[in-house]
Amino acid sequence: MVLLGGAVGAVARFGVNWLVVRGSRPSPWATFTVNVVGSLLLGLLAGVGTALPGWVGTLVGTGFCGALTTYSTFGYETVRLAGTGPVGRGWALLNIVATLAVGLGVAALGWQLGRSF
Amino acid sequence: MNPSRARPTGPSEPDTPDEPVAPPRPGAPVGRPRWDVIAVVALGGALGSAGRYGLLVLWPHASDGFPWATLGTNLSGCALIGLLMRLITTHPAAHRLVQPFFVTGMLGGFTTFSTYAVETRSLLAADRPGLALGYLLGTLAGALAAVRLGIWAAERIRS
Repeated sequence: MVLLGGAVGAVARFGVNWLVVRGSRPSPWATFTVNVVGSLLLGLLAGVGTALPGWVGTLVGTGFCGALTTYSTFGYETVRLAGTGPVGRGWALLNIVATLAVGLGVAALGWQLGRSF
Repeated sequence: MNPSRARPTGPSEPDTPDEPVAPPRPGAPVGRPRWDVIAVVALGGALGSAGRYGLLVLWPHASDGFPWATLGTNLSGCALIGLLMRLITTHPAAHRLVQPFFVTGMLGGFTTFSTYAVETRSLLAADRPGLALGYLLGTLAGALAAVRLGIWAAERIRS
């Protein structure tokens, strides 16, 4: 279940990155998007909790959401942005604040939505 | 008006393109991704996710406890991405599937943002705001330091 969800999640993240870069937007937009979508979905699953069969949590939560989202690319892109001068440092800071604030916000929102099921 | 400007003039045109061909940026997919790239991303993602799951099973934590497994996963993944990306981007002969497999697939599948966000929410909901803030910012600071450490190590290896 983890293997399958992880494979699909990684390919989905790769696909989002391809679409974003092809649309001439820099790669951190893709990483921000997958991290926000994955956090919302995992929050939702955690909110629904034990009402779901265990395999759904393993397949979609641990596998898909875990692999769709990434901390390594977020960290690497932030360090790279910060290394490109004062404007880059501004973008790096914005990337950090936006990813953490929106990611945590949608995880909480997803949890609340999941609870109400 | 010069008619030769208005119309392309035969076979010599492709040799003199209007714009210089920019080299592809590292990691930027150009054109439609090939099936073998997608396959190694999937394989790497599956293996990386299995590794993350293994650590979670070996190192479980309560919902109001500190998520050490996810912290360890994310920090080690960040050190490795710094190391590997610096080695790959400074190595012109790196095989084209190395980055999709190891970086996009394995490290992307191994590290996670969603679990980190949901665990931080759980700590806040469990009335542990200090621990939640420590986890939120500690992972961030540690991750950025780990990336730099990985890059530094790669430079040491190459020199």
